[in-house]
Amino acid sequence: MKKIDARGLSCPRPVIITNKAIQEGEFPVEILVDTVTSRENVRRMVENAGLKVSIKEAGEEFVITITK
Amino acid sequence: MSEKITRFFASRWGIVISGAAIGILATLLQRLGNPPNMGVCVACFERDIAGALGLHRVSVVQYIRPEIIGFVLGSTIAALLFREFRARAGSAPLVRFMLGVFAMIGALTFLGCPWRALLRLAGGDLNGITALIGLTAGISIGVQFLKSGYNLGRSYKTYSSAGWVMPLAMIGLLLLLVFRPQFVPGGPIFFSDKGPGSLHAAIPVSLIVGLIIGFLAQRTRFCTMGSLRDIILMRDTHLLSGVVAFVVAAFISNMLLGQVRFGFVLQPVAHSNHVWNFLGMTLTGLAFALAGGCPGRQLFLAGEGDTDAGVFVLGMIVGAGISHNFNLAGRADAMVQGVLNVGGISVYGMIAVLLGITVCLVVGFTMREKY
Repeated sequence: MKKIDARGLSCPRPVIITNKAIQEGEFPVEILVDTVTSRENVRRMVENAGLKVSIKEAGEEFVITITK
Repeated sequence: MSEKITRFFASRWGIVISGAAIGILATLLQRLGNPPNMGVCVACFERDIAGALGLHRVSVVQYIRPEIIGFVLGSTIAALLFREFRARAGSAPLVRFMLGVFAMIGALTFLGCPWRALLRLAGGDLNGITALIGLTAGISIGVQFLKSGYNLGRSYKTYSSAGWVMPLAMIGLLLLLVFRPQFVPGGPIFFSDKGPGSLHAAIPVSLIVGLIIGFLAQRTRFCTMGSLRDIILMRDTHLLSGVVAFVVAAFISNMLLGQVRFGFVLQPVAHSNHVWNFLGMTLTGLAFALAGGCPGRQLFLAGEGDTDAGVFVLGMIVGAGISHNFNLAGRADAMVQGVLNVGGISVYGMIAVLLGITVCLVVGFTMREKY
């Protein structure tokens, strides 16, 4: 599993690095973010790319898992 | 329930409805006293605040604009209600401050931030088109930097009280507005008695509209710069749909209110010097792209505890002082004894815009990390 730490990064950077990971084609991809904005932006991008996304809340952070 | 509302505001309909509402509210503010095509202009209103505080002494643009206060506090209220208020502080404060300064210098070259560019267009001022082309050019350059690893670093959670600095400063401004103290004879707080600074809706009206816009924008992440950036960067039309709704709703509302006059020259508080309208907005678009949000978005972020955005806002306010003190800001078109006098900027303004673009390019080229 590929893991990305996007905590503290302001948008669009979490989206850019998630997109890059998707392009590399190694699934599942797990992204850690710490704002609802990043969560929603990553979710939207992933769904638009036709991939599956599941989100778990962990305290003030979110773990986003992307699968094919 | 809270999650349902959050998902609605994050949806396409959420941002379209919110964008339209903001557009209508902005044009109503014009009807209720704000300057023409300036229902809401973050750059102009921060400039007015800078003037009221005496950071510049141009007597026609001095007023503590309650809309700005409302933007920040509306966002704070929304963030608290939805438990998104997070005090955070990060990286490169001086760079953010400087980007704010140059963003303002660029905006005041054109005489408006992206919000006003859209509102000017919605009022028939076709210079708005030049501005949007310039903005797109600036943001496109910013996107190239973003693609090649540009970023100003991470932000980290910090003490809750740090996140309250900007919201509390806004309450301080509100008190200055309401009580109008004069600290020394002939000194601040200044309030324009003529010119755009003297044109304003009643304080409660402006404040309530500001609060509503702040609330809606915090929930939807409405951002004028982001709308173009996301299209260029990843063909994502989400934010753009909100901005399009904003301008369409403002145009329809302006038509109904009789506030539309098409043309380039002699538009209200505007000049038709195309080259510098374009370059001014190129600078401001680039600075916003590098800083991660348009001036409105920076206020909303500041309201939800983002102190990096707060630093950028302060940069813009100081930038307004610099812009007017050093004669960098645009001069409006005027009709002098029946002859059209096309406005524009001084040679100092031209140098400042070119310097600003250069500085932004250096920031973009030198602050990249490999990933």
